[in-house]
Amino acid sequence: MNQTEQHPTSVFRIVGGIGDQALYILTDLGRMGIFLFFALIGLFKHPFRFKELIKQLGFIGAGSITVIFFTALSSGMVLGLQGYYSLHKFGAEGMLGSAVSLTLIMELGPVLTALMVTGRAGSAMCAEIGIMRISEQIDALECMAIDPFRYFISPKFLAALISVPLLTAVFDVVGIMGGYLAGVKLMGVNSGAFFAGMQQSVTNHDLRLGVIKSVVFALLLVWICTGRGYFVQKIRGAGFGAESVSKVTTQAVVISSISVLIFDYLLTAVLL
Amino acid sequence: MSDESALSPESAIRFVEVCKSFGERSRRHLVLDRVSFSVPSGKTTVIAGGSGQGKSVILKLILGLLRPDSGQVLVDERNVSDQGYKALQELRMLFGVLFQGAALFDSLTVFENIALPLRERTKLTGTEIHSRVAATLEQLELTGHEDKFPAQLSGGMKKRVGLARALQLEPKIVLFDEPTTGLDPVMSREIYELFARTQQRLGYTAVIVSHDIPQIFTLADQIILLNKGELDVFTDASRIPFSTKPNIREFARLVMGQQVV
Repeated sequence: MNQTEQHPTSVFRIVGGIGDQALYILTDLGRMGIFLFFALIGLFKHPFRFKELIKQLGFIGAGSITVIFFTALSSGMVLGLQGYYSLHKFGAEGMLGSAVSLTLIMELGPVLTALMVTGRAGSAMCAEIGIMRISEQIDALECMAIDPFRYFISPKFLAALISVPLLTAVFDVVGIMGGYLAGVKLMGVNSGAFFAGMQQSVTNHDLRLGVIKSVVFALLLVWICTGRGYFVQKIRGAGFGAESVSKVTTQAVVISSISVLIFDYLLTAVLL
Repeated sequence: MSDESALSPESAIRFVEVCKSFGERSRRHLVLDRVSFSVPSGKTTVIAGGSGQGKSVILKLILGLLRPDSGQVLVDERNVSDQGYKALQELRMLFGVLFQGAALFDSLTVFENIALPLRERTKLTGTEIHSRVAATLEQLELTGHEDKFPAQLSGGMKKRVGLARALQLEPKIVLFDEPTTGLDPVMSREIYELFARTQQRLGYTAVIVSHDIPQIFTLADQIILLNKGELDVFTDASRIPFSTKPNIREFARLVMGQQVV
């Protein structure tokens, strides 16, 4: 008797919980969609804040050079070594330049750059905006009839869209140099063969794919990181105050990184 | 016995049967239940009540930062909820707001904080902005602190910088959200005197949300008390214990004790 009374209640509770979560996700997606729309519109609003853009280019772009340099050098050298050992088995060391450059330009360059920028600059942007939200600085801007998107969010978008593709290019060049160091200088692969293989195999299409990926990843990371910070008080389970900012910043980095990886596969599948 | 004469025909702000609740559907919490009142132009209205009674919600509804579930919030006889983006921006130009924590921009100096609304919302030249900000700094006894960052200021100074910023665009209505929270009694009294002086000089409509009872009543031309969803309006603090609303009488008894009764 008791069981028959409890069973439907628990089923309703489970179904209700699933529905509730689905509604929350839909609301959240809608909110983030509207946020993206206003952030993009803010790029064309007058007067554009060039000083803020320069500041953000410095923070997102120039500030990330060191971490990008070392990540690229390490990745390139590892690729050079591993590529050499794999190709050496088939006597195809001459293909090392091709393997290293294609892997870096189409995959590792855009993906690792986006992940590094997310970790370094994306988390900082999310925390900064989150703190501005909980300390009512964003409300203060709105009360002064100053559009917060034009004022400080859209310049972050533009700075990311400019910086990330350029950082990706730096990653590719440094990575290839790393591959060259490991393959040619350490393992003795012929230098001419290394560069000739690279020239023959890398096409405009490959470069275009790398650029498209870097632009899409830049948009994803800046959108997710700034958006989560902006809505810090509306995120379920985030709590309040400083705790909410820390939780939402972690969440932003995780969502942003996973999105980059998912979109990497999708873009490769569609554009390759 | 509430004082209905407080509802002036020349109202800067009117609430008409406003309801506002928070939380998700299963755990909805009604904060304002069919609330109606007016804020007379050029006067100081104090909104008082315990924590969580909806005082700050009223300010956010006035500014259009929140929308009422039902009812109307009228500013200058314009329904805030009906305004489009541009109209709402124009409506917000009527306001100056001093937030609870002053809401100063951490990365800007005192000077830049005060100059921000002038730089963003007017076509004044750099020299004009500089002279206006310098004059405000002097009036609010902040000269010499213009290059400091908010983190280097005391609580009272932050409030003064917040007030200076709120007054830059010469607003018709100034909203104060818990202006003396975190300040000692001496500093609170100084801030109240500063409010009275600036209000007298500029003639704006002031709405002060506070739980600093009964000290805050010294500033008030009109008092709005909120407790457990009930609201009552008074022009004289001594009438509060004789309210017709039981929750307001209970609030007066608990909070004001023998000081007014």
